[in-house]
Amino acid sequence: MKRRDLLKGGAAVVAGAALAGTAQSTRSAPMLVAQANSDNTLRVVRGGGFPNGLDLHAVGTNRPAYGSAWNLYDRLMTFGTKTLDDGSESYDFTVLEPELAESWEIAEDGLSATFKLRQDATFHDGTPVTANDVKWSFDRAVSVGGFPTFQMKAGALESPEQFSVVDDYTFRVDFLRQDKLTMIDMAVPIPVIINSELVKQHVTEDDPWGTEWVNANDAGGGAYQLDTFKPGERLVLKRFEEWKSGPLPQIEQIIVLDVPEAGTRRALLERGDVDINFDVAEKDTKELRDIGDFTVISTPIENAMHTIDLNSTAELGGEPNPFFDVKVRQAVAYAIPYEAIMSTAMFGQGVPMFGGPSFEPETIDWPQPYPYATDMEKAKATLAESSYPDGFATTLAFNLGTQEWAEPMCVLIQEALAELGIQVTLEKVPGANFRAVLVEKNRPMIINNFGGWLNYPDYFFFYSYHGQNATFNGSSYQNPELDELVDAALQTGPGDPAYDEYVKSFLKIAFEEMPRVPMVQPSLSVAMQPNISGYQYWFHRQLDYRQLVKG
Amino acid sequence: MTAFLRQARYTIAENRMTLVAFLLFVAFVVMGIFGPWVVPFSPRQTNAALQLQPPTWQHWFGTDELGRDVFSRAIAATRLDLGIAISAVGMSFLAGSIVGTCSGYFGGWVDRIAGRVIDTIMAFPLFVLAMGIVAALGNSVENIIYATALVNLPLYARVVRSEVVVARQAGYVEAARLAGNGDWRIMAAHIFPNVLPATMVPMSLNMGWSILNAAGLSFIGLGVRPPTAEWGIMVAEGATYIISGEWWMALFPGMMLMLAVFCFNLLGDGLRDLVDPRRRS
Amino acid sequence: MAKRSPLKLITNRLLAAIPSLAGVVVVAFVLTRELPGDTAAYFAGPAATQEAIAQISEQLGLDKSRWIQFWIYANNLFHGDLGRSLTTGQPVLTDLIEKLPASLELTGLGLLFAISIAIPLGIVAALHPNSWIDRLARSVTTAGVSLPTFFTGLLLQYVLYYKLGWAPPPVGRLDLFTTPPTHITGFYSIDSLLELNISTFVDAIAHLLLPAFTLGIFALAPLARVTRASMLGILSSDFIRTARANGLPRHTIVFSYAFRNALLPIVTTLGVVFSFLLGANVLVEKVFAWEGIGSYAVEALETSDYAPIQGFVLTMATLYVLLNLAIDVLYGIIDPRVEVDA
Repeated sequence: MKRRDLLKGGAAVVAGAALAGTAQSTRSAPMLVAQANSDNTLRVVRGGGFPNGLDLHAVGTNRPAYGSAWNLYDRLMTFGTKTLDDGSESYDFTVLEPELAESWEIAEDGLSATFKLRQDATFHDGTPVTANDVKWSFDRAVSVGGFPTFQMKAGALESPEQFSVVDDYTFRVDFLRQDKLTMIDMAVPIPVIINSELVKQHVTEDDPWGTEWVNANDAGGGAYQLDTFKPGERLVLKRFEEWKSGPLPQIEQIIVLDVPEAGTRRALLERGDVDINFDVAEKDTKELRDIGDFTVISTPIENAMHTIDLNSTAELGGEPNPFFDVKVRQAVAYAIPYEAIMSTAMFGQGVPMFGGPSFEPETIDWPQPYPYATDMEKAKATLAESSYPDGFATTLAFNLGTQEWAEPMCVLIQEALAELGIQVTLEKVPGANFRAVLVEKNRPMIINNFGGWLNYPDYFFFYSYHGQNATFNGSSYQNPELDELVDAALQTGPGDPAYDEYVKSFLKIAFEEMPRVPMVQPSLSVAMQPNISGYQYWFHRQLDYRQLVKG
Repeated sequence: MTAFLRQARYTIAENRMTLVAFLLFVAFVVMGIFGPWVVPFSPRQTNAALQLQPPTWQHWFGTDELGRDVFSRAIAATRLDLGIAISAVGMSFLAGSIVGTCSGYFGGWVDRIAGRVIDTIMAFPLFVLAMGIVAALGNSVENIIYATALVNLPLYARVVRSEVVVARQAGYVEAARLAGNGDWRIMAAHIFPNVLPATMVPMSLNMGWSILNAAGLSFIGLGVRPPTAEWGIMVAEGATYIISGEWWMALFPGMMLMLAVFCFNLLGDGLRDLVDPRRRS
Repeated sequence: MAKRSPLKLITNRLLAAIPSLAGVVVVAFVLTRELPGDTAAYFAGPAATQEAIAQISEQLGLDKSRWIQFWIYANNLFHGDLGRSLTTGQPVLTDLIEKLPASLELTGLGLLFAISIAIPLGIVAALHPNSWIDRLARSVTTAGVSLPTFFTGLLLQYVLYYKLGWAPPPVGRLDLFTTPPTHITGFYSIDSLLELNISTFVDAIAHLLLPAFTLGIFALAPLARVTRASMLGILSSDFIRTARANGLPRHTIVFSYAFRNALLPIVTTLGVVFSFLLGANVLVEKVFAWEGIGSYAVEALETSDYAPIQGFVLTMATLYVLLNLAIDVLYGIIDPRVEVDA
């Protein structure tokens, strides 16, 4: 107990000093270390946006921010590593490995997990990490609302009462039920371990979890600590020398620059001015690979597909909705020019999700191709059987943010559907408005690119087909029979024969009903200078700097 | 009228660049009217096998990412681009003239209110105002035209007002008034025709600017809907292919766009000489 | 008419600008609220439920009526609070103070570049009207104003950076490994000079050149045109003829007499061009990943983030007012006979 008190006192002093330091670094002129030795510095540009904050529990934190949080903070556990068929490295969904927790045990009744924390781990300001911090962080994730709370709930982590501090270095999670997602949900980016004592100095009445402060400052204990963060400009991280939750990374400093133009990002890589161009567009991926001077790695994104969602509600805006008719949906699925989309819009990148063998799913592999291929005759015949044999006029909305592939895709679809007599007007929606489009669900057709973190088909279906009508169910599809199968599958898991049966059954419904027409499973691509190695694919689609090696 | 024609012939003869601009303008108008019928390929026909082909004898300007013929698209776009420019400028000319004439003629509180409104519009950064309007109303050709028209309105209102203030005191206006003409009739039939020439120069220059404005909106994603062919969006989309070596997608529509704007600007200069012989070189 | 003191002129001018600034505040408010995007839905994150969106809407005060929202906004504004950017998480005022110098520096240098090319061109053209040099000047400057700035920018990047490697990487204001100078004015070129840090100064200028050039090309035509016209007018006036008849040296006539007198319309045009360039900045900043207020505003517009857009528009409007004021004051300095109406 005495040691603990001593530590606490020391920590307060250090915390104060660290606070002054970080406050300065975000406010006044950035303190970019003039680096003579760039061998230990990694210069990164990336597509898909730039982190807009550091606290991934804050309102409105974007996807790229998961990447910075992933490196700034530790979680209790992380995933293992495996080598894919093409020789590239990927995280391994099936293996959980220690990060901040040295070890853990599942109770005999399978209804709780007890974590033993590393005793030597500290936050960036030197405060030791204790179970109190873990509890506070988990409480925060389930209470703060918005996406974090939603994601925790996906793993049946819903209330602070589930989390208890056994002693300073022992933390227990009580399960609501046996759920195959609970343990892995504790290794996703959301349940990060935050320096609670530090943040508590900055909470206000309006902001009991201190999100405003954490959004601009470093309250972590991860392998990298914050040097400079200027939203829309640059993020500089430096290695945390006292990191104990894994082998010390090789790269000492990371500079991430916000470069909005894809062409400029590519030029920077080709000129040797950056080391990594991450989240590269399909065309650049193909061409950079053809140039041959760079290491280019593309990994199909797990549990993700580019689809056209056909709104399956009976009426839209008071008018009868043609896509309510399953024959219309099937006709569309037969008319899509899949091959042309693969070659022109996707530049041959990604995995085709069409031309599957049969309407009876043979495996539970996911994602798997749907049993449709371009067949204009069949499309016309199917449409002739529908209540709209002569076609109709409609719209197709896509997100301006995904314009690179979505626009050519839409133009091709428009051209093909015109042959059926379906006149499509394309609607290009700016990023912010597209979210509103997803929420309002009032468009007949949209291009969707939903992907799920937790790699199970039932998880995917729960968000994109289930009658709970989540945002990602872009077709507002409702089918109680499918809902039952998905719910049942969620309760079981791979290995259980019942699980296979459930999955095959709901896949069959999806094949026949076609509320969404899958086209391709996209890839996540990275292009690096040849002296960079150690890249790993992660389900959160962000870079993990810890494994990267330069030189 | 004959004097005007003589002046025109004199200006054109003296300034060959104006002649060139005029011929270019005629060419663009012809292209705008007949272009879509004479182009070798359909501007919307995609062809996956011909993606991103550099210029050849068959495809003079190459093909784009969907294998569409850039030449055909660039020609077909003329009509839309001229349409956007002409209707935007026409609208702001009409509205601006009405505001300017009224505020110049009546003076007093009409003038003051109009002046304030115009000051407010002018205090906005023009491009950002246009951006905001298109973003708020949705990106369609009509909204691009409205936005462009609105941001240009102050220009015409100001020019017309300053002319009207002078003309109000002119003898012929006095005469018209004594002859028993009402205010509206005087404004429409007597004053306005006389201030018209002064607006010709800004109109011509403005046409060019309107095309550029539409192009800029396209670049940040607020342009016309795909797959419509429009120079701005072709340049904007093509510009992202420059670094990877497919320069023809942006260069040729860019050249067309530049020529059109160039032509309007030179015409404006020529008109300036025509309208205002004192400042002629 | 009695001569007014410059101070009185300035106060009157500023007072007169208040209604249009108020107008700008109202229009900016209405426009942002009309943006079709649902701010709450956007910032609620990808998986938000309706309740989560409603909750965020409440947090942001978006559930209140427009009138109340406007009242809150106006009240905050009156107290100097421009609100907080959801995108950067910072107060808008902080963001603007940080980013405005970057935009001003770029625009200023762009204008400087345009002046140094366009005014000599205009003078030469006026001295030799209708010569080949006049036509050339006219074609070149007109061509410059006929190209979309983003196209020019990307083309220059392609040739000068990607192909030739002469220009520095087109990202931001300084090299990756250069430490920015201490924030004094916020203009990197000036701050580095104040610190006598020549290498940073060179780096800052090197990064400024390409975007400033891109921007400047666009300003050549109006400046050259007005210089030429104004000089032509003056050169054919009586007092120049007299000076010529008196055998004064040519350069004295051109520069001391004619140019000085031709300056007035040029200054007016400069003002117009400067405020136009500030707006055109938006596109150039995007192309060169320049951390100015233009790219800040575009990003905010894309995410329907109200406060930064309003702050940006208000800043630009204020700049516009100040700029016009500065021009009026300059008038008085150039030509003391000029009386400016308040």
